[in-house]
Order: sequence, then C-alpha cells, then structure tokens
Amino acid sequence: MSVDKTTVAKIARLARIAVPDERQGPLADELNAILDWIAELDEVKTDHVEPLASVTGHALPMRDDVVNDGGCVDDVLANAPESASGFFVVPKVVE
Amino acid sequence: MSDLLSLSAVEARVALDKKDISAVELTTAYLAAADETAALNNYVARTADQALAMAAESDKRIADGKAGLLEGVPIGVKDLFCTKGVASTACSRILDGFVPRYESTVTANLWAAGGVMLGKLNCDEFAMGSANETSAFGAAINPWQGPDKLDLVPGGSSGGSASAVAARSALMATGTDTGGSIRQPAAFCGVVGLKPTYGRCSRWGIVAFASSLDQAGPFTRTVADNALMMTAMASHDPKDSTSSAVPLQDLAAAVTAGVKGMKIGVPKEYVMDGMDGEVTALWQQGQAWLQAAGAELVEVSLPHTKYALPAYYIIAPAEASSNLARYDGVRYGSRVEADSLDGMYEATRAAGFGDEVQRRIMIGTYVLSAGYYDAYYIKAQKVRRLIKNDFDSVFETVDALITPATPTAAFPVGRKIDDPVTNFLNDVFTVPANLAGLPGMSVPAGLTKDGLPLGLQIVGKAFDEASLYRVGGVIEAAANFTTTPARMAGGAS
Repeated sequence: MSVDKTTVAKIARLARIAVPDERQGPLADELNAILDWIAELDEVKTDHVEPLASVTGHALPMRDDVVNDGGCVDDVLANAPESASGFFVVPKVVE
Repeated sequence: MSDLLSLSAVEARVALDKKDISAVELTTAYLAAADETAALNNYVARTADQALAMAAESDKRIADGKAGLLEGVPIGVKDLFCTKGVASTACSRILDGFVPRYESTVTANLWAAGGVMLGKLNCDEFAMGSANETSAFGAAINPWQGPDKLDLVPGGSSGGSASAVAARSALMATGTDTGGSIRQPAAFCGVVGLKPTYGRCSRWGIVAFASSLDQAGPFTRTVADNALMMTAMASHDPKDSTSSAVPLQDLAAAVTAGVKGMKIGVPKEYVMDGMDGEVTALWQQGQAWLQAAGAELVEVSLPHTKYALPAYYIIAPAEASSNLARYDGVRYGSRVEADSLDGMYEATRAAGFGDEVQRRIMIGTYVLSAGYYDAYYIKAQKVRRLIKNDFDSVFETVDALITPATPTAAFPVGRKIDDPVTNFLNDVFTVPANLAGLPGMSVPAGLTKDGLPLGLQIVGKAFDEASLYRVGGVIEAAANFTTTPARMAGGAS
C-alpha cells in the first residue's frame, strides 16, 4: 500500500492541516518510506490474537455520577485566542 | 559554589537538615549554573523569583522540623508538564502563550514534597523526536563533547532534562517516556533515568502524546537520588483513570540491597546489525559485574523484538493524531485567522505544528482512516499483544533483563538524515518496554573511546521498580562512573 499526492491531500484534509501543493509530493515520499518499513509487520502471524489497547491490567474505575467541577469560566477562557461574554469565539459557521 | 553543585540530592538533603547549607544558597547556586551554561539551551523558561521564594519556604519548614522528602532540592521540569502560572508549550509554536491555570499531578507532588522549581526544560515538540531537534526553541545541546568539540545532541525527547542534570544546572529533572524519551537521553548524557511502570505516575496535566504509552519519570545523577525523586513523584490519582493503586515499593532500600540470588535475563534478539562494538562490549561488561555481585545470568528470547518499532510507529502516531486534534486555535494556544472555521483550523495547525509533528499526525490519521484501520492499527495492536506475551513469558523465570540503552553514543547536532526511519532506530532497545507497559531504567556505565557516555538498560516486571534499583545500584557501584562532561557548570572536575 502506498500513498500518492491525492491521498496526501485527503489525509491532510482529514487531519485539518493545510498542506500546500508543492509539499504534497515530498510528503508522499516521506510517508511511503515509513509505510514501507511498517509493512514488515505483515510477516507476523496474528490470526486468533486479540488486539491489545491497554496494559493497565485493571478495569476502568467508576465514580459517582455527580458534578464535581465547574464554575470556573474565567479559568476556562483565560487562554482562548478570542472570547466574548463567557464564550469562545470562532469564525461564522451559520449563513 | 561548585561544592554545592557537586552534592547529590541525598547529600544535599542531609546538609540542608544539618543547616550546613540553606535551600536559598543551593537554589542560588543552581540559578547561577543555569546562567553559566545557558549556551546549552536546555532551559526554555526560568522561574528564578519563584525558585527563590520556594527555597525560602523550604528553609522555614526545615527550621520548623517539617522538611519533606525533597525539601529544598532544585528541580527542572520538562516543558510537557503543565505548571500553574508558568508558560507550558510542549516546545511547540501552537501552544505559544499558553499559561495553565492548574498544576500537573506529578509536579504538584514534587512541590508538596518540598521541591524547588527552577524552570521549564527544552524537549522535542510534543515529545516527538530522539534528538531534541524538533523543538520550537531550537536544539538543546549535550554538555559532553568528543575530541572534535562538535555540539552533540542530548537525545530526546527529554533532551533538556538530561542535559541540565548532566550540566549541573538542575539537581533533578522530570521527563516523560513514550518510546524511550527518558532512557535514551539519560544514556546520551551520562545520567540515571527511569521510565516507571505504566500507571505509576499520573498523566494528569501532562501534554498527551500517545496516552497508552506515555509515562513520566525522574532524571538524576545517582541511582539513590533517582529512588528519592521517584518516591515523591509517584501517586495513585483518580484524575487519571489509568493510574494504579498498587503500592510503591521501598525504592531507597533497594538501591543498596544487591543482586545476590537474582536471575537476570539477557535477550538474544537485542544483538543488532550495525551496533557499535563498544556498546556490545559494555553490555558484556555489565553482565560480568552482575555475575560477580552474585546474580545468575540467563540467555532469554523475546522473539517479536524486531517488530516493536514498526508497531510503535503505528500505535504512537495513531494516538497522537487523536490527542493533537484538540489544538484547533479555539480554546488555547495560537490561532491563524481565516474566513471559515475549517480554514482557521487548517491554517492554525499548518503554522503551529513543525514538520515532524505534522508527519506523525498524517501517518496516524492514515492508519486510522476507513479501509486501513484493520490492516495497520488493529494489526499493530495484535503485534503489541505478542510483544507483551514475550515479556510475560520470560518474567516467569527471570527477575529483570539487562540490555544496552542505545545502539550508539550521542551524535552531532544537525546530522542530515534523509530517511525518517533512521532516526527511529535510536529507540530500538527502549520501545518494547513502553508497548508492554514495563519499567525500564538507564544507568551510565562507561565511555566510548571518544569519551562519550554509554548507558545500560534494565527492564523489570510491572510494578517491580525495586528490582531495577537493585540492579542499577550494583551497576553504578561497579562502573564507578565519575567522569564529568566538558561543558558542566563550575568546570570539569
């Protein structure tokens, strides 16, 4: 499996990173070098092997379903590039 | 002043309690050391006023007989940890100007134990790198030099942490390790670094890279100091659902407990093509030291070792692409304005992330995308299971493993590498422990013919850090590693 310029443009769109046209070709080469190397995993027989997502060995802890945080609007907004009236401000999304 | 800098943390604690020195004196010496070695670029922010205020508080607590475990000990913090009121950027432009309103659990634990914060330390951008060269603040430099006097990398991603501890501009430092980011720079800089068992240290308040692999740990100049710092930073934290409640062992006692009767495994798959002859020789020397100290050495097999790196370079970027989705120019960090919301996201992320981070997000996005998820991501998770099974099986018969920490010593800054995969090979010996969630320690054990440090790695069973400190203590005593780097504060001694 290898990626071309069109695939790079599609991945960049999914990742929400603007990749200029002239970077798409070189980036495809860089990604292919990594993907070719990763393909080594095809040698490993993994039929009937369960995927391992977590090594903690314990079940996810549960807690009471109660509000235990909040009331800190100033803290939440303190680092926002733009905020107004207690809200984050983003470019217009509704016409 | 250089006398103050030559004290280990354990020695400094004794001197502080006896009032031979004050915390303010010690902190002042370290702040001056950071000035003197500023060319190493290992600090990205210094908090001198805060450090002196914290040190004055420490002196009061010592006078009142209320000293904590790390009372008065000056500590540097990797810039991946959120520190309340102090800029925390993960050395990325995208977090430019971010000043957290909260403190990470690990750093809060250190300050609660009396530690003094000197400032924030350089690292690879979002901890993605093995040479500290992807930092938005520029490369940190290794205080060690070869005969050609070239600037060498300190390793990465916790390069600033390793460089500062080696250069004596911090007595201790925090690091994080996702694929070797504590152990590899510790080896390159001739200091002791521990990646604890996954779940030992809370990840709360640490900028996330790959959450199923990330783990914080201590950098120190001695094994005993490392046990001291680890004891203070570990805790069970309900704010991190993967944090463990398994009680920490008595690590300080383990340092001098010896290895008599221990069974130490030597994994045969860790003999690699292209490995330095000096690395192989040091590995054999390490085995001989342990044998002489009463341990039994056993050859073991971890058959899936060669697949750890490729599996890691699927799993870590996949998790990173998800974790880094939060940097969108809305809630914190920098923003590049555009006409549409998507346009703003795309422009902000293109300007804010460096090349290596963009490449890893792209790989991660690809392996998680429809049609490729099973072939790449699930496949890598299955291989991860096999790697963990390998370790489970050898730990039925041995207490710990000894391996080289890195395939080479530190290399020059700016070394041109066309193939991104070559850089990944730095982590060939360290990545397997992350995939299996196991603790690993790097201990300085010798020098190359060019006078650069090399480390040995010890890998242990989950939640058995004590065995690492037992083995580490023996290697430290046998190696008698007393050489100091050329560009150290106070001059080489």
